[in-house]
Amino acid sequence: MPEFARNAQQPNIHPEEGRSRSQAEREPRSRLERVLRSGRFAVTAELNPPDSADPQEVYDAALVLSSVCDGINAVDASGANCHMSSVAICALLTRAGYEPVYQVSCRDRNRIAIQGDLLGAAAMGVRNVLCITGDDVTVGDQPEAKRVFDLDSIQLLHTARIMRDYGVFLSGRKLTTPPPFFLGAVENPFAPPFDWRPHRLAKKVAAGAEFIQTQYCFDPARFRVFMQRVRDLGLHERCYILVGVGPLRSVGAAEFMRARVPGVYIPDAVIERLKGAPKSQQRAEGKRICIEIIQQVREIEGVAGVHIMAYRQEELVAEIVEEAGLLPRPFRSDAPPPPPRRRHRPTQRIPNP
Amino acid sequence: MFPFKRPTLLEKAYQIAERTAWALNPWIARIGYRRVERVIKPVEDFAKERLFGCRHCGQCILHSTGMSCPMECPKNLRNGPCGGVRANGHCEVKPEMRCVWVVAYENSLQMPIYGHEMHQIQPPVNRQLEDTSAWINMLTGADKRAPAGWIPIEDICVAQPSPLSHARVRTQRSTAEHPS
Repeated sequence: MPEFARNAQQPNIHPEEGRSRSQAEREPRSRLERVLRSGRFAVTAELNPPDSADPQEVYDAALVLSSVCDGINAVDASGANCHMSSVAICALLTRAGYEPVYQVSCRDRNRIAIQGDLLGAAAMGVRNVLCITGDDVTVGDQPEAKRVFDLDSIQLLHTARIMRDYGVFLSGRKLTTPPPFFLGAVENPFAPPFDWRPHRLAKKVAAGAEFIQTQYCFDPARFRVFMQRVRDLGLHERCYILVGVGPLRSVGAAEFMRARVPGVYIPDAVIERLKGAPKSQQRAEGKRICIEIIQQVREIEGVAGVHIMAYRQEELVAEIVEEAGLLPRPFRSDAPPPPPRRRHRPTQRIPNP
Repeated sequence: MFPFKRPTLLEKAYQIAERTAWALNPWIARIGYRRVERVIKPVEDFAKERLFGCRHCGQCILHSTGMSCPMECPKNLRNGPCGGVRANGHCEVKPEMRCVWVVAYENSLQMPIYGHEMHQIQPPVNRQLEDTSAWINMLTGADKRAPAGWIPIEDICVAQPSPLSHARVRTQRSTAEHPS
């Protein structure tokens, strides 16, 4: 073990210690962590990043989410499509008093850029970090780009944990103030090799994951099997698992996601059910399916919350959360009011903190 | 591509090769690692390229990843599959190729010696070792030298039941041995 690690104070979380001892000793690092630790069913939602240089578009998107969820995910060019960067969205959100979840993918940046961005994000008040591998460049709108993948998601997670707990860069160089992150990772229980997935989750927990957001769940039965394995490994006691859910807009959208979005598994039964509804009712049916899935996964032992990904349907998130009976959201009293909703605001202006 | 029919044989072959390399190490050291590398490298490249689709990362972890080269993964993932694996077990990026991690997992189930090493967390790749001989780097210890700030994570299968029915719970190399 390196010299600095031996001399350093005991880290907050040690892989072998698990959650029970270490977490009770310290304050929650973020509101999301506070919600999760309180045992309440957490809700996070994905913010669709704007293709714009106007901060107001971020605030408009955040406004509809903030009152119904405990964390807003700022995606890092999801699907390898270029949008406003996640670190910038997070910075805007923290300025306005929102609770962002900063997604960091390994696709576009090497370890030097990532560590710098992590520090910058922490300086901007970002506390929740979600470490992901990232979709490949070939599925995005600029497939000619060079893919980076200097680190993989587990190495990235462990790097962030080393920065936080040991106060050093990957090079061993000291940080004057370590970033106080609440670290997350993702898992896809619906992609092969199914038997290996719980063990990959175990790796992520060992590398420092404290919360997990999963890929879209459209098959609660398969997810139940996954959770059984997760419980067998005792992982549900060492991390908070948030199940990814989302409304399908139409049969066409479902077919598209199935065929084109990597790692999304939609069973035939769901498509058939959507097909059964008249075209004008498909959106409502998609929402109903989403709510039913939330209610089903909520019953599974070890599920700590849901992560709602409503691509280009953010307005549905509030309805879903309300109709699934997940309101009101806890620990919101200390949150400042959201910025006024106004269009055509000069780009430079920032809302009052 | 080699069909990976017999991972058991491959890992045995690896074990023998590794032991031979360590046995020859004093002589190799005396001749000089760089000098020997010049001779070994072409042979190593030829064999590994044909057998495993080697990408010359210079820090081979084949035996820890079910004798399926993780650098063949378009995302170079060394710690497990990404979430984009197709339902038929093929790669998200190259639909005609089976996911190296699906192959790795299947193979590891038939690898009594090294199968359990799938549970280890691999440190970031040292890109400076690209296009050098992995065998020589193993002998010099260069391939195990993680970044100075990297804290090794103990083998997590020690604390948890393994999916590999055969996998023996081994004590991880002690941190003292870990060159850092």
